[in-house]
Amino acid sequence: MDFSVLLTDLPTLVVVIIGVPLVLAAYIVGGEYLVRRLPDKSRPAVRPWIWVAPALVLVTGFLVAPAIGTVFQSFQDKNGVFIGFQNFAAQLAGFPTGGAWIAIRNNLFWLIFYTLFVLAFGLLLAVLFDRVPYESVVKSLIFMPMAISSVALVVIWKFMYAYQPPGQPQTGTLNFILNTVFHQDPRTWIQDETPLLGLFPLNDLALIGAAVWGIVGFSLVILSAALKGIPGDLLEAARVDGAGEITIFRRVIFPLMMPTVVVVGTTLVIFALKAFDVVYAMTNGNYNTDVLANRMYQLLYNSHDFGGASAVAVILLLTVIPVLIFNLRQFRAVEARR
Amino acid sequence: MASVTYDHVVKRYTADLTVVKDFNVEIKDKEFMVLVGPSGCGKSTALRMLAGLEAISEGEIRIGDRVVNNVAAKDRDIAMVFQSYALYPHMSVYDNMAFPLQMQHMKKDDIDKRVKNASRILGLDNFLKRKPRALSGGQRQRVALGRAIVRSPKVFLLDEPLSNLDAKLRGQTRIELQKLHRDLETTFIYVTHDQVEAMTMGDRIAIMNAGILQQVGTPGEIYDHPANLFVAGFIGSPTMNFVPATVDNGTAKASGLEVTLPKPVGATKGTLGFRPEAVTDRVVDGGPSMQMKVDVVERLGSDQFLYGQVGSDQVTARVDPRMKVDPGDTVRLGLDTRSMHFFDAESEKALI
Amino acid sequence: MTIAVASPTSSTTARFSPRWLSDRLGGFVLHVVVIGLTVAWMVPTIGLLITSFRLPADISNSGWWTALSPPFKFTLDNYSQMFAASNLGQSLFNSFMISIPATVIPVTLAAFAAYAFAWMKFPGRDWIFLALVGLLAVPLQLTFIPVTTEFVKLGLTPQHLTAIGLPPFIPLWLAHAGYGLPFSIYLLSNFFRALPSDLFESAEIDGAGTLTVFFRIVLPLSVPAIASLVIFQFLWVWNDLLVALIYVGGVATVAPVTVTLVNLVGSYGQNYQLLTAAAFFSMIVPLVVFLSLQRYFVRGILAGSVKG
Repeated sequence: MDFSVLLTDLPTLVVVIIGVPLVLAAYIVGGEYLVRRLPDKSRPAVRPWIWVAPALVLVTGFLVAPAIGTVFQSFQDKNGVFIGFQNFAAQLAGFPTGGAWIAIRNNLFWLIFYTLFVLAFGLLLAVLFDRVPYESVVKSLIFMPMAISSVALVVIWKFMYAYQPPGQPQTGTLNFILNTVFHQDPRTWIQDETPLLGLFPLNDLALIGAAVWGIVGFSLVILSAALKGIPGDLLEAARVDGAGEITIFRRVIFPLMMPTVVVVGTTLVIFALKAFDVVYAMTNGNYNTDVLANRMYQLLYNSHDFGGASAVAVILLLTVIPVLIFNLRQFRAVEARR
Repeated sequence: MASVTYDHVVKRYTADLTVVKDFNVEIKDKEFMVLVGPSGCGKSTALRMLAGLEAISEGEIRIGDRVVNNVAAKDRDIAMVFQSYALYPHMSVYDNMAFPLQMQHMKKDDIDKRVKNASRILGLDNFLKRKPRALSGGQRQRVALGRAIVRSPKVFLLDEPLSNLDAKLRGQTRIELQKLHRDLETTFIYVTHDQVEAMTMGDRIAIMNAGILQQVGTPGEIYDHPANLFVAGFIGSPTMNFVPATVDNGTAKASGLEVTLPKPVGATKGTLGFRPEAVTDRVVDGGPSMQMKVDVVERLGSDQFLYGQVGSDQVTARVDPRMKVDPGDTVRLGLDTRSMHFFDAESEKALI
Repeated sequence: MTIAVASPTSSTTARFSPRWLSDRLGGFVLHVVVIGLTVAWMVPTIGLLITSFRLPADISNSGWWTALSPPFKFTLDNYSQMFAASNLGQSLFNSFMISIPATVIPVTLAAFAAYAFAWMKFPGRDWIFLALVGLLAVPLQLTFIPVTTEFVKLGLTPQHLTAIGLPPFIPLWLAHAGYGLPFSIYLLSNFFRALPSDLFESAEIDGAGTLTVFFRIVLPLSVPAIASLVIFQFLWVWNDLLVALIYVGGVATVAPVTVTLVNLVGSYGQNYQLLTAAAFFSMIVPLVVFLSLQRYFVRGILAGSVKG
């Protein structure tokens, strides 16, 4: 590796680190200077726009306008001619295995298992950890995978899932355990499509499992904060009333944590629908593990099928709309209570 | 130092929501004026209009001779102490007090002189380097005062500055504030919902209710001659007794009491009002008297309050603590007619 | 709060009574379960770390756990090989070049905007804010094609920018800023709004202007919120794969660590000695950031999700 780049380019980095904040500060100070030159009356009308303008321009330029453009593009062929729903028809043809159906199916699996596992693990760990004095240590250890990139996560898990033919020494942790503890043949976790319970392919669950490992800390931290928010005398009152620990959890703790569980759940649903990194790096969508986000990327960069890619993106948007509406309602309810 | 004039001031939020209605008061130079009233009566809004934090819908506010309606808050030469103190949590006590002076681009030396002076007056010398959160409630309150003092404003505005203090500290601070007012020789305008603060501190009191000014006067005037039923009921603790009465030939008749009114009132129906201390255990021959069936007896050492029924009306009496009364007793009590009030049934204005 | 299974052994209970014993046992089981789960959670990371120091021959012939018993044979060769075989050094620099401005820009602009949303009145304010909340859920995929097209039209491609002497990272800075702004504005305006209005009124009477209030009161009081956001956005950009793939995917000289690593996975799929070393190398910066500023990171997550 060539570290000399760090020396030659370091000045650039320094310039950027100092220059970018300077430009931003100059903008707002200059903006205020101009506002103060205005007559008294028009100042309050102009000033807010100076403060919000750069943010709104970037958000419009990178999110709002392109999103609208993509929706339009999903109804056009590659020459920009309107072709109605043909792009969607192509993506939704050949049910159940053609077009985008495998990806849709897998997104559904992600939606169910990823969300459930993360919530269940998070809740379990939050309740257990709450009872030990070294809570903060174990919490941050569980939380640590949150800090690393999904690509590193994939390398970690490829290694966990590593496979050697039966008879040879297993190097993957999971196959080693399978072999020595359960005396079963090793499995090719990432390729093996054997459905569990007759429905859920093993390799899909392996991908989801890796992603769950990385994100549980997120739900743990939030749920644990909600758990601590429950007033202690409420639990003591329940105990005085003669409730057992399990009853207390079921009848007091869980209902009180429900709103938080819902908020975390909706966030996880969005994560599940947008799942990309793990699939892209682990299988690239092969072995029927494709998901919508990855399919869109492949259509865009391998097939250069802009219409198809746009259609997949719009399908993705449609799937998040219920969550989006839920979020807005939640937000308005909170605002109303302010 | 300046007088403050509210001249037909109105604050309207929407067409239906007017929180201050035709407010007229003249606050004299160096006066300690208390605006008092129940919460939501518009007293804080009246103060905030003077501070420049709320626009004035109609009328004029003058500080001295200057109309300040369109003057920015910072240019009105006022200082305000907030109920929450509004101390900047991230600044030391010194910086909190220096901040308004820095905003005026004052020289460092002058700032230092003023802050040191204020901290000496308020006994904050040892706390200048601390952050507000490392101070007690009383100390924070004094920092808030200090931040106002350093500016040597023409008018001090205080918005419920004592309500976050505990009862004992509040009593002390009341006295300190009065002393401060004397020493600074500046106009103070003080908003509170607490009638005890109003009575003890104000040179004059302005009582508001539902956006309307009810009465302005010295504490004595207001206590002895309330202008209407609201003022009579708001000032004094326990509150004044009110019994509905009819007037016939100069005599007011209530359900358990008959009084000859000291002067004609020109009304046939109204409310008879008398304070608990006007009810005595001595019955004057030929004077009014009443039979009270005592429900509750409160002995406070220096005082004894009897709560009971006179006829069909609830009456409170403040009697000699040595009088032996038990709940359930019926006692005969007299009434001092010199401190008696009569309010018109319709207008609720005081006729006596 | 306590649910205390291992509740304090009350002095009224006799020692060694069945109750005392079950409490003790319950406590013991609890500790075993908690520690067991935590260790299990760390196994994948530990396995990676150990493997990255093992000899290539050992890696393919035996599990990483065998390295925990003698003979201990560890080596740094994997790391030097990894540096030789890839341009991860350049990528590390690129990641910094991308992440720092892509953090500073959105956080600063979000602070400006959040201040206006929280403390200024302007027509449409509540609707625009609602739209930002809605945008939190919109998949980025929806924006890639038009943005790429526009970048090409405007000459905002790494090649063209390098040719005209500008940093080739500008497209990524802008894209990450645009994508990060809705969340940043949301988080900061919630925080700003919670500041007591008395402070602003007091400052107004004291004669402080908008800029003074922003720089001397709002910002210092919001250090915890801004710190959380900075860490959040920094890690998000540092760990991002998708946006980098889309906008600078093909250009190795501009690629951040994640992109280089994923290419290594593609080309050295079975060379675990290289991959594990590279993966661990890629984790160093985020882990340092996370471990040193964990408190703020956690606070940011809580503020972003629970308050809303």
